[in-house]
Parts: sequence; structure tokens; C-alpha cells
Amino acid sequence: MRPRPLVPVLAAALAVVALQVAVTAAGREYYLTQTIMAAYYAVVALGLCLVMGYAGQISLGHAAFFSLGGYTSAVLTTADLTPLARSGWGGPLLRLHLLQARAGLYGGETIGANPWAAFGGALLLTFAVALLVGYPALRLKGHYLAMATLGFGLIVYRLLLGTNLTGAADGITGVPPWRLGFGLEISGDGAQRIANYYVAWGLVLFTILLLTHIVHSRAGRAFRALHGGETAANSMGINTAAYKLRAFVLSALLAAAAGSMLTHYSGGIGPSEASAMKSVRYVALVAAGGMANLWGVLVVSATLNFLSLRGCFGSYDDALFGALLIAIVSLAPEGPLQPLTAQGRRLWSRLAGHRVMTTPEGPAP
Amino acid sequence: MTPAAPLLVVDDIRHRFGGVQALDHVSFGVNRGEIKAVIGPNGAGKTTLFNVVSGLIRPQSGTVRFNGTAISGLPPYRIAGLGLSRTFQTPSLFLNMTTLENVMVGRHVRSRAGLLAAALRLPAQRREERAIHDVSLALLEEVGLAAAARRPVGALSFGQRRMVELARALATEPELLLLDEPASGLNTRETDDLATLIGRIRDRGITVLLVEHDMSLVMDIADSIVVLHFGVPIAEGTPAVIRNDRRVVSVYLGGDFADAASA
Repeated sequence: MRPRPLVPVLAAALAVVALQVAVTAAGREYYLTQTIMAAYYAVVALGLCLVMGYAGQISLGHAAFFSLGGYTSAVLTTADLTPLARSGWGGPLLRLHLLQARAGLYGGETIGANPWAAFGGALLLTFAVALLVGYPALRLKGHYLAMATLGFGLIVYRLLLGTNLTGAADGITGVPPWRLGFGLEISGDGAQRIANYYVAWGLVLFTILLLTHIVHSRAGRAFRALHGGETAANSMGINTAAYKLRAFVLSALLAAAAGSMLTHYSGGIGPSEASAMKSVRYVALVAAGGMANLWGVLVVSATLNFLSLRGCFGSYDDALFGALLIAIVSLAPEGPLQPLTAQGRRLWSRLAGHRVMTTPEGPAP
Repeated sequence: MTPAAPLLVVDDIRHRFGGVQALDHVSFGVNRGEIKAVIGPNGAGKTTLFNVVSGLIRPQSGTVRFNGTAISGLPPYRIAGLGLSRTFQTPSLFLNMTTLENVMVGRHVRSRAGLLAAALRLPAQRREERAIHDVSLALLEEVGLAAAARRPVGALSFGQRRMVELARALATEPELLLLDEPASGLNTRETDDLATLIGRIRDRGITVLLVEHDMSLVMDIADSIVVLHFGVPIAEGTPAVIRNDRRVVSVYLGGDFADAASA
């Protein structure tokens, strides 16, 4: 019964190390750049997996939450907050390291928000917005969340495009590195590439560990129960509206965290990150990963995003993910990995001599 | 509140669906520790009554009191939290989960760990999970399905699913258990087992209110019976009283038989 995600997480950690060693040995370290970006996108997909696969709600606005995180970090760290620093608030804010000085574009020094503070601000803002979007939609049965989040995503996208503060169509560049301590920083600096690879994949593995724990807990059973039958779940004492909202807000926070970190890594963010096609992409990745299957979603999402970022799909990039979603929904609603994972589980339980708890999603045989 | 007061009081409930008066001035009480049955021909309003009591339907007028608290109008999850659990006419299980996990969902109202405690697997949360697991497994054992604990619940037979649903309802540690046609779809042996099980549930101190079509089951196990006919309660009493009630016999068998029976 008890979830034992440590074994697969350790195995995955070994695979992550092996990949880095192999790529470095092959002299192709530049591959790591796309691998790092794919890792952050995978965190978004994993969070969405909780909402879609386990709680059975569809969000078409996760690109917007990702951007909310990224843009909040970008705006706060690049804005010239020198006037604020010189005001009465400046002293305490600087002393608390909520503000930090950095080299200005034209020499001299400007003062912006500390990336940690900006990150906190991004999460707070996302928390508030996710509550605002999710609360009304999730009190109703049916796919109102899909509608509400689709509209929300479109609004965010147009707002980003039309606002000077967010750099309109150009987005924001020149986002400073995020110093994590111990000499680690999230930045696109080539010398930091391997460290960034481990930061990004560390986040992925930490996320999957936490989500696995949640899935096999009281709250996780509540999520799966409301997916399996909302009326029955409610009659068993589960406040279904509240649990739907919890899953949604948690996954929005994961998306924002990934957006914030990737923005520091890339040194900037553009409005295309918030486009509806990006949201569709996350939904397609969760569907392709097998819905209620965290590891499947991780593998599919990391692989496809890596290929997409390497430009393997050319100008058919967006079309490919749309087609993938249609193909899966109509041909293999349980995900193309389902037969594979079922075999794998059977093999694993035979090898390990115990039965595995998780069940495949979908109708009873 | 005196101990003699009924656990559940249904007071003058009226509910109409379009042109159909599903429940019309329905009043009765369920005493602590008894097995009470609601019977009546199809369309008598039995399931509507259950949905009103468990909170799935808000009645248009009248009140339901449970343990002295007015519960009509409360959402189902609040009513469940107060100690009232139910099963459904067609077993309503979570097909995306295993048999054991389905029962574990029933422990929701008796546990408290939140998202953060679960994500970090704090010691208190681990202890609670272990307790949830053990109680749920014991309940599955009681309904004879411990061997199926780790199987997907969708792989079980109809009769087994009924038992899982019953175990899930018991996992909430209810004071009052509502069973909506628990014997429908069961074979004779399964029905006998069910009768024994319901008796055992009552002996544990759980009050039972059931809707049932299987007359022999009802006459065997019920302490008291309410008869509904087109939403109107037409009789209430012990099985012996109900069996000899002229109106009840005429409702079930037609007027002529009632005359013949009384002749």
C-alpha cells in the first residue's frame, strides 16, 4: 500500500546522471540546453497530470500560469526599482535582500527585485489568480474549468501582447541570474550548464516524488474518487468542489514555479509561452503520457519537448501536438503507453514478488 | 435530547418533479439500533426519499433531523461527516481505484491529513495512512473480499461490488446506514449472506434504514416498515402489522386480493 517512489526516483536520478555523462563524453553538451528546458516543461505537465489524470478536470490555461510565473519574475527582476530603493522603504527592503543591485544595461548600477522575492511574488500572484479562475468554475459539474481556463489563457496572452510593462510582442530579456547559493545559479551561462541541468532535473524528480506521495494519500484518493464518481465521492464525505480547487491551484503553482525558473535560465520570456497552442501542448502531453501516469507523462513530455526544442518537427511543431491530442483521444484514450506499462507492471510484480497497487485508468474490463 | 428520541426524523417532506408528486407529506422516525425498511411499488418515491435524507436532493418543503440537527439543505459531504452513510441502487464505486482503495475512501471523514502532510509524508500522516489501511482491510475481510483487496474494483462481480460498497459505507463509521436496494441483483445465497451481514451491522450499534424490493428479506430482518405509495406513506409498523394491513396488500396485489385475503 505504502507508496515506494524512492526506488524509481533513484533509478531516474541515475539515468539523469548517466545521460549527462554520456552527452559530455560525446562532446555534445549543447544538447543539455534543450534537456534543461524540457525538464521545466515536464514540471508543468506533471502538475497538469494531477488535475487531468487523477482529479479528472481539464485545464486549457496552464501555459498562462507558466507565463504568469515567468513574467512576474522577469518584470520584478528587470524593472528599475531604484526610486523604490531610494524611498523610505528602500533601507529595509535592501537589508532583507528583497531588492538587489545589478549591473545596468548602460553601465552603472540599477536596483531590481531579488529573484527569490520575485519567485515568491510569482507564486503568490498565481495562487490568487488560480483561486479566482478555479473557484467559480469548479463548483459546477462538467467541463466548465476547460471553458474558464481557455478564456483565461486567451486573455493573458492578449494582455501580455498589448502591455508595455511586459514588453508587448518582444517579451522581456536581460533577466538576471538567480543565485541559489553554494555557487549554483540558474542562468544561461555556459559554464553553469551542467549545474543547471542538475537543478532542473532535481526539480523534476522532487516534483514527481511529492506528487506520487499525494496520489497515494487521503487527498490523492479524494482526487481519484471525485474523478471516478463525483456524487459517490460527495456522499462519502469528500468536499468535491474544494478538492478540485486544491488540485487545480497546486498544479497552477507548479506551472508558475517552472515558468519562473525557466525564465531565469533563458534570461527572458516571450508571449508565445502563453499562447493557447502551448496550453494544448501540455494537455496533449498528459494524454500521451497515459493521463493518470506520472512517469509516463514525464517520459513522453521530456522526449517530445526535447525533440520539439531541437527543431525536429520544423514548422509542423504546433500541428504535431494538436494531431497527437486528436489521435490519442480518438484512438487510445488510455494513452499509447498503456499496453506497455501494463506489461511492465506485470513483469515488475512477478520479479518483485508483490502486487502493485495502482490501477490503469478507464472503464472496467 | 433524550436517548429515546429517534435518531432520524423525517418531518413532512414534500418534493415534486414536474408533474409528479414524488414525496407527499412524508413523516416517520428511525429509532436508534433498529433496522427500518421503506417499501413500496416502483415509482413510490423510495429512492427520492433516500436522496433527500442523504442530501443529494434538497426537499421543497419539510425537514430532516439527524441526531437533533436539521440536515435538509446541507451538502452531502457535510451529512456524511455527521455520521450518515449510504449505498446506491447501482453500486457506485470508483472504477479507477483498487477494491481496497475504494474502502479507504470511506475513511476520509475519519481522518484529516492534508496535501502538505501527504506530500512530505510527515510521521502523523504515515501513522494515519497505516490505520486507514488496516481498518479498511479488516472491513474487506468482514465482507469476504480481503483476497480481492489489490484488484481493480472493476474486475469484481456485481454481487462483490455491492459488498465493497457496503464496506466503504461502513468505513465512515456511520451512526445511520442507508441501503438502497442492497439485495437487487444478488442471487439467493448472496441475499442470505447479506441478511446475516445487515444483522451483524445492527448488532454493532449501527442503525439501518433500507429500501428493498425483496419482501422475504424485509420481513426477515426489518424491525419496522414504512410503506410508500405514489409518494404517500400509507402504513407504518412491524412486519406482522404490515403483512396484514389491507391497504398494503391491496397496493401490492390489487384490490380483489385484499378482499379475498381479509375474507
